[in-house]
Amino acid sequence: DSIITVETSIPFTGHNIEPPSRTVETSSFELLTFFKDMATMRRMEIAADSLYKSKLIRGFCHLYDGQEAVSIGMEAAITRKDCIITAYRDHCIYLGRGGTLVETFAELMGRQAGCSKGKGGSMHFYKKENGFYGGHGIVGAQVPLGCGLAFGQKYNKDEAVTFMMYGDGAANQGQLFEALNMSALWDLPAILVCENNHYGMGTAEWRAAKSAAYYKRGDYVPGLKVDGMDALAVKQACKFAKEHALKNGPIILEMDTYRYHGHSMSDPGSTYRTRDEISGVRQERDPIERIRKLVLSHELATEKELKDIEKEIRKEVDEAIAKAKESPMPEPSELFTNVYVKGFGTESFGADRKEVRAVLL
Amino acid sequence: KEMTVRDALNSALDEEMSADPKVFIMGEEVGEYQGAYKITKGLLDKYGPERVRDTPITEAGFTGIGVGAAYYGLKPVVEFMTFNFSMQAIDHIINSAAKSNYMSAGQISVPIVFRGPNGAAAGVGAQHSQCYASWYASVPGLKVLTPYSSEDARGLLKAAIRDPDPVVFLENELLYGESFPVSAEILDSSFCLPIGKAKIEREGKDVTITAFSKMVGYALQAAEILSKEGISVEVINLRSIRPLDRAAINASVRKTNRLVTLEEGFPQHGVGAEICASVVEESFAYLDAPVERIAGADVPMPYAANLERMAVPQIEDIVRAVKRVCYRSVPLAATA
Repeated sequence: DSIITVETSIPFTGHNIEPPSRTVETSSFELLTFFKDMATMRRMEIAADSLYKSKLIRGFCHLYDGQEAVSIGMEAAITRKDCIITAYRDHCIYLGRGGTLVETFAELMGRQAGCSKGKGGSMHFYKKENGFYGGHGIVGAQVPLGCGLAFGQKYNKDEAVTFMMYGDGAANQGQLFEALNMSALWDLPAILVCENNHYGMGTAEWRAAKSAAYYKRGDYVPGLKVDGMDALAVKQACKFAKEHALKNGPIILEMDTYRYHGHSMSDPGSTYRTRDEISGVRQERDPIERIRKLVLSHELATEKELKDIEKEIRKEVDEAIAKAKESPMPEPSELFTNVYVKGFGTESFGADRKEVRAVLL
Repeated sequence: KEMTVRDALNSALDEEMSADPKVFIMGEEVGEYQGAYKITKGLLDKYGPERVRDTPITEAGFTGIGVGAAYYGLKPVVEFMTFNFSMQAIDHIINSAAKSNYMSAGQISVPIVFRGPNGAAAGVGAQHSQCYASWYASVPGLKVLTPYSSEDARGLLKAAIRDPDPVVFLENELLYGESFPVSAEILDSSFCLPIGKAKIEREGKDVTITAFSKMVGYALQAAEILSKEGISVEVINLRSIRPLDRAAINASVRKTNRLVTLEEGFPQHGVGAEICASVVEESFAYLDAPVERIAGADVPMPYAANLERMAVPQIEDIVRAVKRVCYRSVPLAATA
């Protein structure tokens, strides 16, 4: 598999640091994997949209379509010894860390086969054995938690780093700056990844941030602005950031990205932005189309072969949904499991404690 | 032999850090300053700045970092200079620490201890004088321990650090300097107390008082006074507010048939309210008198010494309530 050299879409912009080169090395295998993995994520999220609308998914559901290049590019630069932690838009990050479609759909539908056995839901996916620590529902909280993972990596001398993902909305949270300060004081291998999709729920970035240059918001911490719709640029930036973080401590990566869906399933995503804006991004910057063009221009596959891959993905997704639907809802006894690791035989109570109670082991 | 609560906590930390390299302590002034209340005295010299980590005054940030380190498998002890400041970080204690093991179906355990002085100190006003026992004890996923004596301090802190779940460990500033007798067993480095078990601090047969932390001492003093008047008081030192030792409380009430709950915190939705509900549910038929609650006054803590005294339970309050449940305080005229 020979090396292919590609220029990133636009140059990186650095803050207090010399940015990496625009020239990225890749391969036929990597580009086709990028294509397949991103198309799978896209299809998975579209399917989740349908399941939500047919009321098989409950509550909040935040979809990632449009932002796939961030997960894919990041995974291409790091190992499973490195940690990732994110907020509630977590389905594709989970998939990128080696999660399966069946576990994803089963969790979304609250089934036993779900990655959190149906007890977490859309916002609470984890895969600890592959370094994925969730899946967090409180905006901004994942950043100090991620710095804590980085603290653990440094404490144990594991030579690994933590990527903590947050949106442009969370970028204004106070606790982010508290954690960044400590990470810089203590040289933690912490990489703050701001996925700037330009809207914190329905609030445009400029209405929430006096400075929307999120890669500069760390002041004394260096930053890099990256085209988050270009998987190869993301890969280059993450590789650069990992090397930096292991040697020098924290760094901020601002990924300029876009979500096609609304903030969550309850948001049509059209009251605070124009349809033209959304279709413009789809036409000009779509992360999957960028890779499709690269594959075709380098003659790594034909248009038909790529269409066939997409067809195959549709089938895989449909099969995964069918399998997830076969999985039963959790047993009622699961209500009382995992409250503690060690319950000391104390009692826990249901709504009517005379009717439902359990001994926690 | 005697030992102060401060030395009990310090020695427990020291021994657990020595036994397990995953244990580290972080918080404001825990290192070079030797601890705002000297609980961490000497630990920096012994274990170094990697394991005795001074933090800036940013509770939300360092508590989140502590919880994240626990996700990774370390065993952090996060010190709050006082628990009032834990309000800045309560989201991480509840949403990030208490719920993760459940939400992840057991994948992400959180072996962390949040500790520091809790409750009313003296003359520090409303923002530095509040008991958080009932706040944290209402949250499934947390364990909440409240030591009274040096035995409690050593045994419960060691249990908290060894425990695989998040533990809120509520100390009391006014107890730090108090000395208690300690046996060779208590001083042994293997000493540990069970979580979720109350201690009968004084046996009695006429009335039960439940108390925790500093109020255990008040209950014992009240019991001493009442014994001279022929009332035999059983004092339960709760030790663990969550899990709550409902079995020990109910067993005692079934024996004495009378209950006074005692706490320093606000009365509404307090620890006493929960104990009262538990006794009504489990032992209603055994009660010979309505349950009485002695608690902090239902006001923010005032500064002036006379008002502050009125805002926290005093021994005479306890004595009076015990006499009421024993029907000793009914005026003769009314019974005639």
